[in-house]
Amino acid sequence: MPELPTPLLAQDGAAHAAIGWGGLATSLLLVGVAVGLSRWQGLRLDREIVWASLRALVQLLAVGYVLVVLVDPDTPVAFAWAWVGAMVLFAAVTVRRRAPEVPGITSLAVVALAVSSAISLGVVFGLRIYPVAGRAIVPIAGMMIGNSIGGLVVAARRLIAELSERRPEVEARLALGQPWPEASKPFVRSSLRTALTSQIESTKAVGLVFLPGAMTGLILAGADPVDAVLVQAALMYLILGCVATNVVVVGLGLTRRLFTPDHRLVRLARART
Amino acid sequence: MGALFALEGVGLEIGGHRILHDVTFTVPDGGITVLLGPSGSGKTTILRLLNRLDVPTSGSISFRGDPIDQLDPLALRRRVGMVFQQPVVFPGTARDNLLTARPGASDDELAERLRAARLDRSVLDQLADDLSGGEAQRLCLARTLATDPEVLLMDEPTSSLDPEARRHLEATARSLVERGMRMVWVTHDLDQADRLGDHRVVIVAGRPATEREMVRYLADGSVDEGAVDEGSAADEEDEGPPADEADDGPPAAEDGPVDDSPSRRADA
Repeated sequence: MPELPTPLLAQDGAAHAAIGWGGLATSLLLVGVAVGLSRWQGLRLDREIVWASLRALVQLLAVGYVLVVLVDPDTPVAFAWAWVGAMVLFAAVTVRRRAPEVPGITSLAVVALAVSSAISLGVVFGLRIYPVAGRAIVPIAGMMIGNSIGGLVVAARRLIAELSERRPEVEARLALGQPWPEASKPFVRSSLRTALTSQIESTKAVGLVFLPGAMTGLILAGADPVDAVLVQAALMYLILGCVATNVVVVGLGLTRRLFTPDHRLVRLARART
Repeated sequence: MGALFALEGVGLEIGGHRILHDVTFTVPDGGITVLLGPSGSGKTTILRLLNRLDVPTSGSISFRGDPIDQLDPLALRRRVGMVFQQPVVFPGTARDNLLTARPGASDDELAERLRAARLDRSVLDQLADDLSGGEAQRLCLARTLATDPEVLLMDEPTSSLDPEARRHLEATARSLVERGMRMVWVTHDLDQADRLGDHRVVIVAGRPATEREMVRYLADGSVDEGAVDEGSAADEEDEGPPADEADDGPPAAEDGPVDDSPSRRADA
């Protein structure tokens, strides 16, 4: 495995990447364009756009100031791990908001995200791809957890929809004396495939269709593009593994909750589209 | 004749709706017992309870004398097979369908089940989705027979079939019963009940019918207003002892109604 150029994160790229308050203010011109288009088309989204832009700025600044502390070499690494824990909780709440019809999704998402984070970060730091430091822990965990939210939501919602729509077939299988893991297998498999396909397609399209964030950031920060590609490739693999772990954990955990111990399918709420 | 199934004071509530109310009757251990009643009266729900796809919220059900909640549900379902109203075939060939119920079986074993369901062995290689409605339902029957059940629960299995396919399936059922199979057959078709039923139980509004309801239903298929709506019709009031034994005669006749006046029915 290639030794990835950790120091490039701290190189003089910061000078290239910094745009300053002036640059930020200039970029606000594009928000003005969005507001203008909204008014021109009578979309009545002016306030929404301004509010979203300001809120994003405040949230990012707040996180930025926290990150300043977390990535400081003098800050105990335990704070970075605590931040990862908070990210897992926030991500689980986000999943719950996006899939409210799924019973017990919050706790399932916490378990799935914790397991996948432990595995992924264990690989990253156990194999010394990056040093165990706040400046590596926080962004890498953030990328993996953030990218897993979509897969979690799709897996959970798809599974509920499959078992709800295909209830007659599931019950026909149960009525033959099949245990629930067997009776649900075709539908669990289909849901997990759907949830993972999007991430696999993204992985296939990377570089050809879009340049992913980490790589773009590194290049903007002045890193050598090939070094940036190596970092990005490693992250893509980690994200793929993390999303797969999340999808499988939540899929299997949720399936277990949808059947009773005496092999009956519980009544399911219809997923809202 | 002993009891195949015995239901005692069975009730079922789902989401605050009362679906079944104090259902008490027995299914004799032989022949075809027809569960007869209007749509939405709870017949299918009773069948699901016998297969343990649902469990009652009150009362008890026994199968050949054993409380079914104390039997292994998977073993029970293989002993008590169920054929659903709409044929549900699984993806793949007829062979794949049969192997789902009897993994590892030889073609000869599978062909024997097909024959019992009056399907030709050549069907084995056909895609299940390509079968006609009647063939698909008979494949479902063969698939259920592949678990070697002691009794078959038939949930209006001919309701989606044309008249010829319906006659064919009825004849298949009769031939199976002649070879010792027991059946509980749900229908709202009075003629079919007459043709098939060795015993019958009339279900109305989530409970066995009173004598008055049964006489009226068997005469012209009608029920008192308010006694049709599943869940809402099974009222809080006691209708008196329900039908006890399914028999050739009116099932509630032995115990008879205590009070069957229209005013009580209107409260339902």
